[in-house]
Amino acid sequence: MTKTNLNRRDFLKGAASVAAVSAIPLSTVELAFADPAKNFTFAYISDSHIQHIKGSRFVNNWDRGLIRSVAETNLLQPEPDFVMFGGDLAQLGTKPELDHGAEMLAKLNYKTHAVMGEHDYYLDLGEYWSELFGPQWYSFDHKGVHFVVLNSILTFDEWTYDRWPTAEQRMLEMAALDNPNGSPFMVGETQRAWLAKDLSGVAKGTPVVVFSHSPIQKIYKGWNFWTDDAEEVQALLIPFDDVTVIYGHVHQIQYNQIGNISFHAVMATAWPWPYPRAYAQAESHMPKITVPMNRADPFFERDATGWQFINLKTGRVDMKYNLYNNSDRTVAYNPETGRPEDSKYQAEDDRIPPQTQY
Amino acid sequence: MAKKHIWAACAVVGAALLLVGYGLQADEFTDKDVERWQGEFMSVVTEGRALWGSPSLGTNGVACGQCHPNAANTHPETYPKFQQQLGGVVAFRDMINWCLMNPLEGKKLALDDRQMIALEAYATYERRGVALEPGKH
Repeated sequence: MTKTNLNRRDFLKGAASVAAVSAIPLSTVELAFADPAKNFTFAYISDSHIQHIKGSRFVNNWDRGLIRSVAETNLLQPEPDFVMFGGDLAQLGTKPELDHGAEMLAKLNYKTHAVMGEHDYYLDLGEYWSELFGPQWYSFDHKGVHFVVLNSILTFDEWTYDRWPTAEQRMLEMAALDNPNGSPFMVGETQRAWLAKDLSGVAKGTPVVVFSHSPIQKIYKGWNFWTDDAEEVQALLIPFDDVTVIYGHVHQIQYNQIGNISFHAVMATAWPWPYPRAYAQAESHMPKITVPMNRADPFFERDATGWQFINLKTGRVDMKYNLYNNSDRTVAYNPETGRPEDSKYQAEDDRIPPQTQY
Repeated sequence: MAKKHIWAACAVVGAALLLVGYGLQADEFTDKDVERWQGEFMSVVTEGRALWGSPSLGTNGVACGQCHPNAANTHPETYPKFQQQLGGVVAFRDMINWCLMNPLEGKKLALDDRQMIALEAYATYERRGVALEPGKH
């Protein structure tokens, strides 16, 4: 606890010039490591769904979520090495939405990488997004960790190229989460071949972190909490000792462990989504180890949204959820049990009533 | 006298026949009737589903389904219930109106508006089979 207090003080010192310091939900940032050269942190912002109304008007609610995450990320002490944006910057993939979102992200003081989301993609098949943010899949190495970014929201060619009379309709069909006319997400053969080649040069002891928009695991197909070729992608990751997949799309806390692969979902800055179990007409496969986020209070516009601060001190993820209008959460890899666990609520007896989702 | 008795008897028999006839009409409905009534209900559910995903209910393009896919996390089975932020026990329709006025930045609907009934029909239909628990938070 002393360490946490010290850290909070360090953080406050860094942010002392900011008047709104008491409102910043960063009280649990940890920064003391045995070998500082090997340790680093990064921030993760996702699912901002910037939505154009017309002219210069955008949905204020979603704008506020992204603006707040950028402002708070810029106040982090110690500074993160980089920021990931996890996809769905736009709601309907238009230039005004992507431009408006990119302008807000440009205010980040750090190197920013981006992941493609379906809301960014299905209007022009990622063309304008790529002009703004670069390649849709790539890898990079940072302080001994191999990072991979995938475009996991592709689908069948027939659905993408032949089914819809207009690009606008294609976008709308994919944008509605519960639309039975949608289509399952997939990474696809081209990227899987690229990934196999990319990983062939990486030592098996190197920690690997994969960023995707959709979960590279199968939770609930009806809302595309799902990647159709998840098992094929997982098979490429199995040979490595330490693998973590971090994904957006689901707008909620999820975590799981499949073999050597840890999975972590991140929050949206825009709005929360129900857990699949809340839909009474369908079966889903929610990871059993996940302790859900608190049920959202709609009367607080920013409740059940937020952003993440990630520490990679052991080559595994230590995820701090910075939750607006709610208590922060920490989900970190526990080397003893070999899976991610919530630092406070993991045991059945430690859970609180708002975590019951029905 | 005899004539009077005959008329009285006729009246009793007639009334009885009417009652029996009325009773038969009320009790008996056919499979076809049930099918038609269900069809009427489902047409309103379908209308509600369309409204649920429509940007036209508010003023900012936001639709109910953006936060509530398949109307999940609306919990129609728990209303009426105490909603502390609305200051009392409210109906599901009051909460729909709150959403129309706030996240959708629109106007509230009259409680008997056809669109309101359609929204309620859709959300409740998606929750079919779940036990009623009025008052549950």
